Amino acid sequence: MKNRITNLFSTKNKGILSVFYTAGFPNMDSTVTIAKLLDQSGADIIEIGIPFSDPVADGPTIQQSNKIALDNGMSVKLLIEQVKEIRKQNVKVPIILMGYLNPVMQYGIEKFVKDAAEAGADGLILPDMPLYEYEEHYKSLFEANNLCNTFLISPTTSEERIKRIDSLTKGFIYAVSASSTTGAKNTFADEQVQYFEKLNGMSLINPFLIGFGISNNHTFSKASEYSAGAIVGSAFINLLKDSKDLDTDILNFVKQLKG
Amino acid sequence: MNYKVNDRGYYGNFGGAYIPEMLYPNVEELRNNYLKIISEEGFKKEFYDLLKNYVGRPSPLYFAGRLSQKHSTKIYLKREDLCHTGSHKINNTIGQILVAKRLGKQKIIAETGAGQHGVATATVCALIGMECTVYMGKVDMERQKPNVERMRILGAKVVPALSGNMTLKDATNEAMRHWINNPTDTHYIIGSVVGPHPYPDMVARFQSVISEEIKKQLEEQEGNPYPDYVFACVGGGSNAAGAFFNFLDDEHVNLVAVEAAGKGINSGESAATTALGKPGVLHGSKTLLIQTEDGQVIEPYSISAGLDYPGIGPIHSHLFEVGRAKFVSATDDEAMDAGIGLSKLEGIIPAVESAHAIAALDQFQFDKDDIVVVNLSGRGDKDLETYIRWGKY
Ligand SMILES: Cc1ncc(COP(=O)(O)O)c(C=O)c1O
Repeated sequence: MKNRITNLFSTKNKGILSVFYTAGFPNMDSTVTIAKLLDQSGADIIEIGIPFSDPVADGPTIQQSNKIALDNGMSVKLLIEQVKEIRKQNVKVPIILMGYLNPVMQYGIEKFVKDAAEAGADGLILPDMPLYEYEEHYKSLFEANNLCNTFLISPTTSEERIKRIDSLTKGFIYAVSASSTTGAKNTFADEQVQYFEKLNGMSLINPFLIGFGISNNHTFSKASEYSAGAIVGSAFINLLKDSKDLDTDILNFVKQLKG
Repeated sequence: MNYKVNDRGYYGNFGGAYIPEMLYPNVEELRNNYLKIISEEGFKKEFYDLLKNYVGRPSPLYFAGRLSQKHSTKIYLKREDLCHTGSHKINNTIGQILVAKRLGKQKIIAETGAGQHGVATATVCALIGMECTVYMGKVDMERQKPNVERMRILGAKVVPALSGNMTLKDATNEAMRHWINNPTDTHYIIGSVVGPHPYPDMVARFQSVISEEIKKQLEEQEGNPYPDYVFACVGGGSNAAGAFFNFLDDEHVNLVAVEAAGKGINSGESAATTALGKPGVLHGSKTLLIQTEDGQVIEPYSISAGLDYPGIGPIHSHLFEVGRAKFVSATDDEAMDAGIGLSKLEGIIPAVESAHAIAALDQFQFDKDDIVVVNLSGRGDKDLETYIRWGKY
């Protein structure tokens, strides 16, 4: 079977929208509902966050959603079940699971990779998994289970390291837009644009999506000028927090972002 | 058996650098430079000069006669409580600020629990003239008011950590977030042998002056540099790492690490990591960690704010796993009794953290000729309110 992520990038190389949200937020069963609505609204990739008690790379919005999800009783085990349910409900877009290493480690990394793939996930992002550990212990496991693996790069990542990350990546690279934790911002500074230009000019093997600070059509289309598309997280979580009508709000959110 | 860090940053199965990419360049810069920097003659001269003339080292190795009598053996106290600012924490902050200076950093951040590391960091920032921001859990700021004001008097900005349970673990999270957001001009002075490689090794090396001195002092006072036992309390484990460091390869020296059992190991309110923890990843290293089955970190508890951390440094997870150090624990009650006991026997009011190490002596039967060294990591001034609330003196 072909992987839905590689499939997507082989047919589309501009304007890809990946939407991140935290599993089990705002309610335990929101994970499935939101996935369905995102799929119907035209999001290209769904990225589901595994909540963790100590999300050091996240700003206040995602921290808060992690806390609420954990208070709701969210767990890795439940997430696997929810992914199955999402696929059962006929959601066709690629699904990526993203989370800090510790909850995955306690579940068992090997078991997690297998179960996630079997449930219908297409890729994983484990931002605190070291490159050497992936390369030496898990790369072949990911490959055997037909799962993509995405690493992050940031504006301070050296070119040499970007190339190494590129060589270990399958699917796409996650280019963090600024030296910052996650959080919604309205515009990009000049040096961010220069960084996107640099990446764009590097002729990487893999496409990249830009994430962190994407919140509106302006930042989304700006990011898309230099990349295959962008990832929205905090802005979407903020929407979920305040929404009284998810169906309409998610549809409008995706529409407005894509412009 | 090798007890030192390997070139990939591991102690056996523990350690490494499990960090998001945004922290990688900072940590890598440190990793590439720390050994070079700390082995330079100029660095060593400046470091030892400050330890001597500013910190007041060597700290005495005091033969505690009345305490020895009580335990029918020979007990020495390594008097880290007499260091400037009141604990061993300053050995590390002096070292790290000199490293930061050589890396061209202009700003310093730190996390603190009890406030001892925060004060030690604020102190060296004043000394060198660097801007200092200390993250401290809001709950700890309320528990440790005098240390908050000490930091402010020294010119540091104290920022309350408002996430999670608002204690040490959350202050560490906030400091890491700050570092992610300020990657080029800022150095993060971590306060214990925790965090991503090379922190555990770097901090252990700076604290190793403790055991370096113990050896010399025992040689002078006993004609033999090797004690039979070394006791130290373990929060993150920096004073213990320093007290053990130069004895690690001398297997005949018994190393005893004392964790905080809080209200009892199985009470649900404890910080005894080796008894309750499983291997996990927090704050950049793989180590034993108190956590739920689902990998969520559990907030620990101890009467001493300096010991309530949910993990221990990877070096200690390794020493525990291979059995090189014996890990025991002392409850709140045992530690407070021991602290008051030491005050009355020796005229030394210990930090509540250090009182845990004293309390553990009761769990051992020593020979009368044994030489027992207890690392007295800090003084009790900061804990006066805790002693007063405890009351039984
Ligand atoms: C006096 C004293 N001892 C011990 C500790 C625990 O830290 P570590 O285990 O790193 O020595 C602290 C921490 O605040 C402290 O203040």
